[in-house]
Amino acid sequence: MFRLFSVRLLLLFVFNPVYAQSDVEKRIQTQCILAEDGDIIEIPAGNFSISGTLSLDEKKNVTLRGAGQDKTILSFKGQKQGAEGLKVTNCTNIILENFTMEDAKGDIIKTQNVSGIIFRDITARWTGKPDESNGSYALYPVQCQKVRIERCTAIGASDAGIYVGQSDSVWVTECTAKNNVAGIEIENTTNAWVWKNHAFENTGGILVFDLPDLPKKRGGHVKVYDNLVARNNYRNFAPKGNIVGTVPAGTGVMVLATNDVEVYNNKIWENKTVSTGIVSYYITETPINDKSYIPYPSGVSVHDNIFSDGRRMPTLKNKLGFIFWWKFGKRVPHILYDGISNPDWVNADGSFKPSYRICIGENENGTFANLRADKLSLMSDRISRDQTHFNCNK
Amino acid sequence: MTAGFYFRLVTTAFIILSLIAGLSFNVRSIDAPELYLSGYRFFTGNLSDLTPADGVFEYEVNAPLFTDYAEKKRFIYLPAGTSLTYTAQGAFEFPAGSAIIKNFFYYNDASRRGEGKKMAETRILLKGSTGWKALTYVWNEAQSDANLEVAGAVFPVEWKNRDGKQMHVEYVVPNTNQCKGCHSFDGKFTPVGVNAAQLNRNNQLQLWADSGKLSQLPEPSAIPALFDYTTIEDPVHADNTLLEKGARAYLEGNCAHCHNPHGPASTSGMFLEAIQADRERLGIMKPPVAAGRGSGDRKFGIVPGKPHESILLYRMESTDPGIRMPELGRQLVHNEGITLIKAWIRSM
Repeated sequence: MFRLFSVRLLLLFVFNPVYAQSDVEKRIQTQCILAEDGDIIEIPAGNFSISGTLSLDEKKNVTLRGAGQDKTILSFKGQKQGAEGLKVTNCTNIILENFTMEDAKGDIIKTQNVSGIIFRDITARWTGKPDESNGSYALYPVQCQKVRIERCTAIGASDAGIYVGQSDSVWVTECTAKNNVAGIEIENTTNAWVWKNHAFENTGGILVFDLPDLPKKRGGHVKVYDNLVARNNYRNFAPKGNIVGTVPAGTGVMVLATNDVEVYNNKIWENKTVSTGIVSYYITETPINDKSYIPYPSGVSVHDNIFSDGRRMPTLKNKLGFIFWWKFGKRVPHILYDGISNPDWVNADGSFKPSYRICIGENENGTFANLRADKLSLMSDRISRDQTHFNCNK
Repeated sequence: MTAGFYFRLVTTAFIILSLIAGLSFNVRSIDAPELYLSGYRFFTGNLSDLTPADGVFEYEVNAPLFTDYAEKKRFIYLPAGTSLTYTAQGAFEFPAGSAIIKNFFYYNDASRRGEGKKMAETRILLKGSTGWKALTYVWNEAQSDANLEVAGAVFPVEWKNRDGKQMHVEYVVPNTNQCKGCHSFDGKFTPVGVNAAQLNRNNQLQLWADSGKLSQLPEPSAIPALFDYTTIEDPVHADNTLLEKGARAYLEGNCAHCHNPHGPASTSGMFLEAIQADRERLGIMKPPVAAGRGSGDRKFGIVPGKPHESILLYRMESTDPGIRMPELGRQLVHNEGITLIKAWIRSM
């Protein structure tokens, strides 16, 4: 009799999952609200459908832990409220680890104004074919300090898979970003190290951007090294109006308007349009209204990277790609500088003043082109291959 | 005599003393929330009639927030002998132990208000000894009381609107964290809407000052005021000055609690306060920062003259949780608000 009853009970759970799931959602959310300093909130193994944003606010030393990336899976496919899957705000020392979150309507995990945030062994993805209707960011720390993102996977974001915005002191390491518009993007962020990651089959692999109109004005002091940045040739599926929508398919690493950036020891393979670009904001052909914004890159160094050999057909859906094809056919140079700089930063002979240098060191297969474009038009017929002013060793 | 005995003795004595103190001064801890709305005794008589008790008074705002066509009745509770302190910008200062009480309900038939109503939710902001605390109370079926719900709730509400149309919404009660999604200033909990510009209407502030509920009220000419956008009957034919005042008040009441330099939407760089003078900050020809698919393939926040190219309008017109604005508190589209903002952008 008792055994029969347990079997029935088991069947009840198997055939009536909706009830059990909303229960789990309420329990996690209640635990998040009531969490005390030092608490570990465990999310059990299972596939759970979550209907609204889960959130942590004003907590200290709290860990949100699943049973494993392949065991605890929270799906937001039927999300009815809130724009994010998980939102962590105004906290100190938070650890998120060992779970998968997928298909949120907006961003999957957003953390804002958190000092000390670790994302570890997390998969954040949109299932199905990458599409404009996917949310913007998979992992999205913004206005945070001391950010660590390690061994995480981000897939399918219609903007950036791993997007660190307006933050300081950031590590992104041993992560995988695939099928996003931007694999990893570091934006208006200072002191960021991005190493040993694998960015592949995105539109652009790793982007380091400084954008106007933001409360945190100036990023910089960024290192991008020991990464594998391969075959980032996916069509750009960002909704229009978004700055990453201007990134050409086939971009490996792009440094836009940021200062003090070092890109080295990376394998940058089979990215068909711009393997590595050092560009100003003018490349986006978007007007600038922010008067305090500096639209030019400076103090950028690209050295000891390995580019793959071979011919590549650049994308023709992007002006930059088209110019490349027009000028070089399939012999597209690997390292591109757009040539737009602040006139005050350049000497009369065209060389850079010391602190504003753009340095191109030794790179395997590191062919170079200076677009020498101007602010008004990208269509430049003045492209130069002369690397003299970019050699910082002489 | 063991240590355990002494411990029990001291504990018992402590409990008895606290009970006596509580009874004799008739105080309730200002930091502990009640499990039921009735526990606060903010109202007398039948609870759902919302008849204010001593120390509780109703207030109105100029530019209300749209929340799925819910009707609202708002009250402030001040402990005896205390008062609010006026500030020109931001929320008035509230004394410890005070509360803001906002009741959300629907008339069964909005054109015939006598035919009953359904109380949905009561939100309480308690000013405790260390700051504000947000609590949501969900009304029971019998409409006799409302109980505390920290993790939020969702339930259906049906009603007939003013035009006789049958309406339906999956009413969402926010959880405690979601409250702060809007009620935040530099990451700290703050009330919204209890500021000079919102409350400056129908002589309300003057009456409070006269009855001792509000201190440091300046001369009437020095008090800012938002325009009551609900008074614009026909935005399409309204003149530009009126539209500007109405639209800016609408954006203040519906967007600026997040979209200001100290709010949760500071990341966007789009600031929609009524006092915002910088046109780009307001979104005019400003490209989005992290809008994602919220941009709707449009390039700028506001394109003067072209509402259908403006991201602002796209997000107001959507009910998709990943696109709509505001992010919280709106499942339905606010048609009247859209008409107003559309007319305003067109008039630019």
